[in-house]
Amino acid sequence: MEPLDVELEAGELELPADPMHLNLGPSHPAMHGTVRIVLELSGETIVRSDVQIGYLHRGFEKMCERGTWTQVFPYVDRLNYISPMLNNVGYALAVEKLCGLVVPERCQWYRMALGELARLSDHLTCNGAMAMELGAFTPFLWFVKAREMIWDILEEETGARLTHSFGRIGGMASPPTQDFKGLCRAALPPILELVEEGERMLLKNRIFIDRLENVGAISGPDAVGLGWTGPCLRATGVAYDIRKVHPYLKYDEVDFDVPVGTKGDTLDRFLVRLGEIRQSKRILEQVLDRMPDTGPVNCDDPAVVLPDKLDVYTTIEATIQHFKLIMEGAKIPKGEVYSYTEGGNGELGYYLVSDGSGTPYRVRIRPPCFQITGGLSKILEGRMLSDIVPTFGSLNMIGGECDH
Amino acid sequence: MSQLVLDKLKERFGTAILETHSQVGDDTALVDAASWKAVSLFLRQDPALDFDLPVDLCGVDYPTRVPRMEVVMHLYSTSRRHRIRLKARVGDEDMEGAEIDSVTSIWPGMDWLEREVYDMSGVRFRGHPDLRRILMYPEFEGHPLQRTYAAERTQPLVPYRTEEEAGMPLRKIEPFGPEEGMPFGRVPPPHPEDN
Amino acid sequence: MGNMTAPNAASGTDARTRLTMEGNEQGFATTRVDALLGWARKYSLFAYPFVTACCGMEFMALTSPRFDLARFGAEAPRFSPRQSDLLWVVGTISQRQAPVLKRIYEQMMEPKWVFAFGTCASTGGFYDNYATVPGIDKVIPTDIYVPGCPPRPEAVLDGLMLLQDKIARNVRTPGVVKPRFDPAHSVEELVQLRRSARDSRELLPTLKEREARAGELDERHEGKIA
Repeated sequence: MEPLDVELEAGELELPADPMHLNLGPSHPAMHGTVRIVLELSGETIVRSDVQIGYLHRGFEKMCERGTWTQVFPYVDRLNYISPMLNNVGYALAVEKLCGLVVPERCQWYRMALGELARLSDHLTCNGAMAMELGAFTPFLWFVKAREMIWDILEEETGARLTHSFGRIGGMASPPTQDFKGLCRAALPPILELVEEGERMLLKNRIFIDRLENVGAISGPDAVGLGWTGPCLRATGVAYDIRKVHPYLKYDEVDFDVPVGTKGDTLDRFLVRLGEIRQSKRILEQVLDRMPDTGPVNCDDPAVVLPDKLDVYTTIEATIQHFKLIMEGAKIPKGEVYSYTEGGNGELGYYLVSDGSGTPYRVRIRPPCFQITGGLSKILEGRMLSDIVPTFGSLNMIGGECDH
Repeated sequence: MSQLVLDKLKERFGTAILETHSQVGDDTALVDAASWKAVSLFLRQDPALDFDLPVDLCGVDYPTRVPRMEVVMHLYSTSRRHRIRLKARVGDEDMEGAEIDSVTSIWPGMDWLEREVYDMSGVRFRGHPDLRRILMYPEFEGHPLQRTYAAERTQPLVPYRTEEEAGMPLRKIEPFGPEEGMPFGRVPPPHPEDN
Repeated sequence: MGNMTAPNAASGTDARTRLTMEGNEQGFATTRVDALLGWARKYSLFAYPFVTACCGMEFMALTSPRFDLARFGAEAPRFSPRQSDLLWVVGTISQRQAPVLKRIYEQMMEPKWVFAFGTCASTGGFYDNYATVPGIDKVIPTDIYVPGCPPRPEAVLDGLMLLQDKIARNVRTPGVVKPRFDPAHSVEELVQLRRSARDSRELLPTLKEREARAGELDERHEGKIA
């Protein structure tokens, strides 16, 4: 058969030259649920992209103004919902900073342990989901199996698998269970085994590496100017980890490294998260060795901490204290504070304004992935359509946090 | 730790820095809204200060005070490792004149933060490349985080189904009346004075 | 690890036998065909996971091997509304997302079912404010509501089994939740938590020992030895 265009000469056929608009809509399997990217494509290449967030805006900051300081904990859990303990701990630290409270040592170790478990869960989910979106379904299932082991521990400790609401101002909701250390120590080796299996399967795969390497690269100064923090920033080479630079709780007494990348591309972000999983395990082992087995978990301060239930039922002072704390809320001193911790995605900050009453005047969360997603359109420029999937997956945009 | 920053600011800008404090260790400077951009540029470019990471930008509403809306910016320096909080007050009681310069040209990360402050609090940023709503939909009217916006006032994009259409009761329990429920959830509490 | 219950097929069998024995105006053959279609549909649901928020994590856990959704036939996610028949609305639906949800629902073809996964999808959750739709039934008709924040995967599977029952009987009206068989009453320990630093494989001999001892106890009771 003769070819169809045998009579045409090159350049005679008019092809449309306007860029095509494509909508990667809010309900899309690779958009982590709730991001819409409006793309201007020229062939497969992205000319411009408009990242639209806000499809999960739930009015968290407005809701916090309508409760007490302790009633903010459930809302805060649902921000970065893959690592809720980190959010809880961060908020509790912020309120305690404003009050000038320091929790007892046992509580500090306990918060670190639960926080690192949550961070493990966060990184496992992020890497697993990114692998799944590229077609590697099996490592996702292995990482989710590892995550289930972590959630079993958290369920035993806090009562809930996912959104624990376990932190309290001045301590935790209840002390660690007897089996806590045993459970953690028993769970860590299988988790690391699963991570290693997943790594072996993914990192030797030429196609996986090709899809991630040199895709979505950003330089260190650019990332800093955009406000990036956390694993995405460390992948560019800037070693800014709040646990090392401005240690809080007992992070200055444990020994760990900060994995840092070089090129700031998607592969580096993937590898940095895998490195952080190992460092979290290291921190967790040290914390479990050093956490005291006896001692109080909550502060002594009667103005913010609920009294023991036995006292509430038998003495009148405890009943009044309990009543006042529940009905009116803990009276936090007037003023404002900005407190920051290392969340799963980076610097998780809380800016609190108090008017001296039991209701917060303003609770502002500084979501790390808001800034990171703000840089998405910059790193997608000039890439191809199919590069969006691994790039967006590696940024670990959590809708609850980004849209707060 | 960053008393140096506050001192340098006061030295350079004098009366434009209206007040400073370091409550609980956070260094804060209240700046005149007209010199917002100049102060930001100084903080970015001065080699001893070098604030290169834009941490946060938000608006806090004090409706009983004029000017009403306080724009709060947090900055961090990755090289010097110090932080600062800058505040500026804009807008009268109806949010007239709630405008301030945009610092997107200094830190690109402020782009989305300023859009969010516009969306939630209603402050306009002069010189912003693309000032539109980011968290709410374009058809939304009003700015939700202002204290005068009632939290339960919804503006649905899709009209709710009626019970005839659904064939079953859709509202099973009546919402709380004005005198019911916990006391702190009812009306916005009285606002604090200037800090 | 753990004894998970098999899908409760009792409901399906009851429905089928009830239909075949009673019959109705439609006639014997059509009733059998309806029953067959109901059976086929309920065990081969193509899901559209409309995942937005935290419940999505539990949805991921649901599809994972531990709470296996595949054994209910409902695993295959089809991210196109044209190819799916079960719309899982997982997580909070904000006012901005509501038109998207409505459009996806309208694009699906009959027969279609909607599963409100979690409290936010059922009632709006504790986000009683300007930004959230107070329950997706304000926007689209819903078949099953599973409360929980997020609901445990077992609760969701329970809801899915109720939905399968509804599909088999081809009813769309609100149904009364029928009494369920609770496996916790029959088995001693459903989930074995790893309570010590010993390897879980070492727990197996302990389990076998315990069973052997339990067997001895039974024999003694039967022999009526005090």
